[in-house]
Amino acid sequence: MKFSSLNRKLLRDLWSLKTQVVSIALVIACGIGGFIGSLSTYSSLVWSRAHYYDTARFAHVFATAKRAPGSLAEKIRALPGVAEVETRVVRDAQLSIPGVVPPMIARLIGVDFARPPGMNRLTLKQGRWPAPGAKGEVVVNQRFLEARDLKLGQHMNVLLNGKLERLTLVGTVLSPEYIYATRGGGMPDDEWFAVLWTDARALAAAFNMEGAFNSVLLRLQRGTSTEATVEALDALLEPYGGFGAVGREEQVSDKILTQEISQQRVFGTVLPAIFLAVAAFILNVVLHRQVNAQRGEIAALKALGYEDRAIAWHYLKFASAIVLLGVAIGVWLGHWMGNAMTGLYTDFFHFPEFHYRLEPWLVLAGAGAALAAAFGGALAAIRGVVRLRAAEALRAPAPAAFRPLLLERLGYAGALTPAQRMIMRNLERKPLRAAITVAGIAGSVAILIAGTFWGDAIEWFMDVQFNQVQRAQVNIGFAEAVPREALWSLERLPGVKQAEVARAIPVRLRAGHRSYRTALNGLADGAELQRILDADLRQAQPAPGGVLLTTRLAERLDVAPGDMLFAELLEGKRVKAALRVTGTVRELAGMNAWMRLDDLNRLAREGPVASSAGLLVDRASEGALLERLKQMPAAAVVIVNRTLVDTFRETSAKNVLFFTAILSAFAATIAVGVVYNSARIQLAERAWELASLRVLGFTRGEVSVLLLGELALEIAAAIPLGFAAGYGLAALLLALMPHEMIEFPLIIAPRTYLYSGAVAAAAGVVSALIVRNRIDNLDMVGVLKTRE
Amino acid sequence: MTEPLFQARALTKVYRMGESEVHALRGVDLEIRAGEFIVLLGPSGSGKSTLLNILGGLDTPTTGDVRFLEHQLTGASEAELTRFRREHVGFVFQFYNLIPSLTTRENVELVTDIAAAPMRADEALAWVGLAERLDHFPSQLSGGEQQRVAIARAIAKRPQVLLCDEPTGALDYETGKLVLEVIAKINAELGTTAMVITHNAAISGMADRVLRLGNGKIVGEERPARKLTPAEISW
Repeated sequence: MKFSSLNRKLLRDLWSLKTQVVSIALVIACGIGGFIGSLSTYSSLVWSRAHYYDTARFAHVFATAKRAPGSLAEKIRALPGVAEVETRVVRDAQLSIPGVVPPMIARLIGVDFARPPGMNRLTLKQGRWPAPGAKGEVVVNQRFLEARDLKLGQHMNVLLNGKLERLTLVGTVLSPEYIYATRGGGMPDDEWFAVLWTDARALAAAFNMEGAFNSVLLRLQRGTSTEATVEALDALLEPYGGFGAVGREEQVSDKILTQEISQQRVFGTVLPAIFLAVAAFILNVVLHRQVNAQRGEIAALKALGYEDRAIAWHYLKFASAIVLLGVAIGVWLGHWMGNAMTGLYTDFFHFPEFHYRLEPWLVLAGAGAALAAAFGGALAAIRGVVRLRAAEALRAPAPAAFRPLLLERLGYAGALTPAQRMIMRNLERKPLRAAITVAGIAGSVAILIAGTFWGDAIEWFMDVQFNQVQRAQVNIGFAEAVPREALWSLERLPGVKQAEVARAIPVRLRAGHRSYRTALNGLADGAELQRILDADLRQAQPAPGGVLLTTRLAERLDVAPGDMLFAELLEGKRVKAALRVTGTVRELAGMNAWMRLDDLNRLAREGPVASSAGLLVDRASEGALLERLKQMPAAAVVIVNRTLVDTFRETSAKNVLFFTAILSAFAATIAVGVVYNSARIQLAERAWELASLRVLGFTRGEVSVLLLGELALEIAAAIPLGFAAGYGLAALLLALMPHEMIEFPLIIAPRTYLYSGAVAAAAGVVSALIVRNRIDNLDMVGVLKTRE
Repeated sequence: MTEPLFQARALTKVYRMGESEVHALRGVDLEIRAGEFIVLLGPSGSGKSTLLNILGGLDTPTTGDVRFLEHQLTGASEAELTRFRREHVGFVFQFYNLIPSLTTRENVELVTDIAAAPMRADEALAWVGLAERLDHFPSQLSGGEQQRVAIARAIAKRPQVLLCDEPTGALDYETGKLVLEVIAKINAELGTTAMVITHNAAISGMADRVLRLGNGKIVGEERPARKLTPAEISW
């Protein structure tokens, strides 16, 4: 096939504009890369999770009770739609490892190692399985081993039913149930929470659970309603102290995993959309200028008999070439990023297998969106070409008409130098183009802010949560409810400055057809170590005789202050009662239901008892206190808040850093793309004028100021605009993010603004330096002989 | 006899145009005295513009030597050449090269702002007869008016030399004459040395000296017996 002359011209045009072509292609590549990277990570994770759940035969329904007889399993199996039932013993206990002072929690799960479990199958990562019947041999979740840097063969002690037992670590495993291991909060807790699988009979014996179970897993037949099964199971377990069954979507690990994965989808759609919009902007401007510069050639083509359609197609091909280059780089970038991020997450979640999948539809959708955006921009310019009559196009364009500045028309002209006037009038003459440049730079600033403010929000959240809401440094959970008088003995422990008790009772709250499993929290009047604060840090108190709900929980249950709730307490006398909602509070974390402590004790028909305590401690004697607590059998769970904060900071810092790095690179690419292209277009249009000035005796520096001054003004205008847009975009992202357990506040620290502004400014400087080189080489001789 | 303003010795200029070499100047010797009105004549490609550009500090010779008073232009740095143009040379171009975003007055001020001892912008514009069009933008002026603004801009810094490359090339007859009158008047009354490139032999009647260039060399030099005023010449 003969390569047509028009196509040859296309290739040469592309080559002569190569730097601009590449910079625009890179902006498109960032958009496509972000889109493909995030969404392929999302689909890979969804697929990996489904695949893992499938092969590990992850349960559909989970329930715990105090102590149910083994024979109940048969009744559960007989429930409609239930395919399989597995019962087991699961207990939390204090864990200590030589050399670690703060207490840790071990969740002990009984397994018959002789027979592979039918559900929640473990994957052995290291070492071996405990020998069937061997006492004291355990396998632990891989994440704990890594977080604690333990070796196989490590000995550790657990407090089993008041007796200290010595356990030996013989292997590590992965479990679909503890992809995200946590004691219940929304935060990963790998350093302080170990999941240990041990011989079922030995564990049952230690807790007097022979022939009984306290945890049950179900797999359902296809099409069976989870809600109906949960309800039926609750009814069966109720006499045995059932704590309320949950389906997969309320299972803690799955819930957090789902939340993490969904974030990818938000990131993968919102930010790349902005990248693509900016790329379309730039493409539009470049094509406009390209078309204008080629008026003569277009006229000649028309005079030679080329049809409008052929000429328009020529320029669309020009746009397509840039887009396709961008798409090619973008697909490569997205594939690389998706692979890296899926790898990071696979590692983070410890999925047993790594599966990265790049679905073809993602590439097609990304390329399609980029082409559509580019064609939209290009068509406007092309319409201008096609309208030109040949003769008209052959004539030079009319001289650029300028007029005095608005400022001057208003009578404030005196202060400006001619150079400043040139800059200002140029801006005023092409306000749309200036606006596009400003919008592009502002967009990159906004992306950077929206991508990096999470660190600020998390920092603020942590400060509020651990310094103002939960002010206790050490929290104790008792194995059984204790009389409130226990407070007195706590206050006498070494280093305790202040102590408070509280009560929490697992509950299922119902309103109409909606229900939610949480806890009723009883708070002593005037409690200081645990406070209820709304997002604006205003303190709230539960009103006498009613319940105060976190706003998110009220919304979930669709209730408002004054409405009635139906509460089924899942502990003790398992009271069922109606409760009045007396208020809602926009707490940052949790799905809480607060009551006055006295009200809660009365509701539960129990005496003045408590189930947890918070301590304010003298840091110097913390070690001694923790040693004492380890020896108190009643203190089943001891949590040192500081350790939680540290772990959380470490994990989040890594994620924040990763996103900051990627987004900074993207934002800088956009800013450079916008500024550089804008400068190049300006330079091309004004080369004649600037060269004339050089002839008149203006120095390179003075001439550069004229061109770059305009860009500097545009950047200066764009940065504050970008701040505002970034704030808005951050708010949008927060609104779109799934946030059942935690509502991140819209907190953006000054350093985030500063950093984002600095990146845009730096991109401006880099672009300016590249363009400056061209200004230095303006053709002064040529300009004398040519018309503009 | 006054000290020569320009002294050029054995100037050559070779441009590389891809594979081939173009010899624009092939050994030009020239002296120009202060206050002279010189017309450069010659066909396209004879080297007129190259010579003018080298004298004006826009270009440098391949070999040879140029001096402007005590300034050695050969071998001067880009910054030194820029300062030379800024302080001593006024340029007038065929296509006026006005800044479209500045008014008449501001185009002149552009130069007076960076010159050492300039005249006032309105004074310079009065010289070219444009005192009433101070606040017009180039797009609001005719071609002749634009060229007069360019001349006002060139003389406002009180340059020692005015270099004009085809100043009437883009103008009609009447307007062209008007522009030539202005250049002649400045040469006569301000004593500014003027060097005008043209294709138009009729203009040479205005000159003190006419240099004919051909094939990169000065092939002829005439001193008209009587210097004509622009009004007296026609073409």
